[in-house]
Amino acid sequence: MESITPILEFKKTCVSYTKQTMAVKYVSATIEKNTITAIMGPSGCGKSTLLRAVNLMHNLYPNIRVDGEILLNGENILSMEPIDVRRRIGMVFQRPAPFPTMSIFDNVLSGYALNGIRLSKEEKMQTVERCLKSVALWNEVKDVLNKKGTFLSGGQQQRLCIARALAMKPDILLMDEPTSALDPIATKHIEELLLELQKEVTILIVTHNMGQAKRISSKSMFMYLGELVEYGDTATMFSNPTDERTKEYLTGKVG
Amino acid sequence: MVKDKLMLWSICLLATLTVVPLLAILGEVLLRGYDQLSWTFFTEPTPTAYKTMEAIKTGEPIPGGIANGIVGTMIMLGMATVVAIPLGILCGAFLAENNKNSFAQFVSYLTDLLQGTPSVIISIITYIWVVVPMKGYSAIAGSAALCIMMLPLIIRSTEETLKILPASLKEAGLALGGNKARVMLKVQLPAAFGGIFTGVLLAISRVIGETAPLMFTALGCSFIRFAVDKPISAVPLLIWEFFNDPNLQELIWGASLFLLLFVLTLNLSSKYLAKKWNQ
Repeated sequence: MESITPILEFKKTCVSYTKQTMAVKYVSATIEKNTITAIMGPSGCGKSTLLRAVNLMHNLYPNIRVDGEILLNGENILSMEPIDVRRRIGMVFQRPAPFPTMSIFDNVLSGYALNGIRLSKEEKMQTVERCLKSVALWNEVKDVLNKKGTFLSGGQQQRLCIARALAMKPDILLMDEPTSALDPIATKHIEELLLELQKEVTILIVTHNMGQAKRISSKSMFMYLGELVEYGDTATMFSNPTDERTKEYLTGKVG
Repeated sequence: MVKDKLMLWSICLLATLTVVPLLAILGEVLLRGYDQLSWTFFTEPTPTAYKTMEAIKTGEPIPGGIANGIVGTMIMLGMATVVAIPLGILCGAFLAENNKNSFAQFVSYLTDLLQGTPSVIISIITYIWVVVPMKGYSAIAGSAALCIMMLPLIIRSTEETLKILPASLKEAGLALGGNKARVMLKVQLPAAFGGIFTGVLLAISRVIGETAPLMFTALGCSFIRFAVDKPISAVPLLIWEFFNDPNLQELIWGASLFLLLFVLTLNLSSKYLAKKWNQ
């Protein structure tokens, strides 16, 4: 058996929006370093809720409770400062959300500005170039770095948001259906990009699109009504799912 | 078909009827005030009673202008705006971020109340709070009254604009590790700038014509003065003074036209800027 390096561990993680109902129920799973893990499941099954627990997004809403443990390199995220967690765990949202008043250049560096970290002019230039190159946007925008981020197309905007997250050199990148608002060509670009990026960062991606999970992820989680039904190698899960509910979802009977 | 036409014509007629008084006001002020507008009208202070009477006797146009009022209005508006903008934006941001907190709800009710408070009450309060302790009327007291009147408008426009920003913007900022204050300052407020700016301009055009608050606080002054701790003039105060002085009544129209044009410019530019910002 090959040895794996765990980077993120869910231990009986629960999330509840109200006292009566749990949106995520006792999820336990270990995420391997430098992999892409897809979280699949029908709408309302708790995929995004689980993802948003990882960077403590739920802390913003006082009525949401997160229980259990989520370990980042062995340290429980839930008892850490949200700001420290979020610096180490980047997030990309469903709708591309570049900051509308900032230029492309400033958008990439916005993480530093928001953390009050000052960079020299040289460092700024290097960071912008490195990040935009790693999302394959550099050649398209290198002459218009001073234009507003919203000037770009949807797919470019989403890549800009990925670059913005990568600029902070996160350990983990959380992606909440990053391509669902994009056309197929832009989606293809982002998928190729993610396969490339897994060398430097661990990616956890929520997706509706089973094809996408199959194409890019090495591990998959299948969630249903808040439970983690099945978790394992993507190839195995698609060819030979062990749980009946996974099988039904993958064959299109539910969803 | 006949019914449709009838409906259309009656709507047009009613719409015209509502526009008529507005146009009549504009026309009256323009026609009567147009003659008085000249360079000296904006550079000279109000004429003394003696000079005016001499001019009337010899049949010359009334000398002098409203420069003392313009200077006073600008000083007081400037001070009021400088104080009201940061306070109003901070309060608006607080209300937008904590709309479930009971203290915020209380503040929100107070803001509504303040917006509906008659200006004469605000003037009396400012008189007791500022004029009495300072032992005299002053530009400071006048701007305090105007500032209080501007606050609810700036608070509301900030709050409403922040609330309609997509939540993803704030979450994206926080997800990068920013604290709430930095995300507010660097992401949310810049994105809301258009709406806030429009609110500030509307607040200015709302208070620029206020007369009652200044009667109780700034009092008036017949020469150009830049001191902020002394009584000072303002354009709406001058209109009131001209009205009360039979010799100066002709100057009312020029001063009114100036106010009207100023407010019109503010409104048009705020619309234009808001549009530009949203593109």
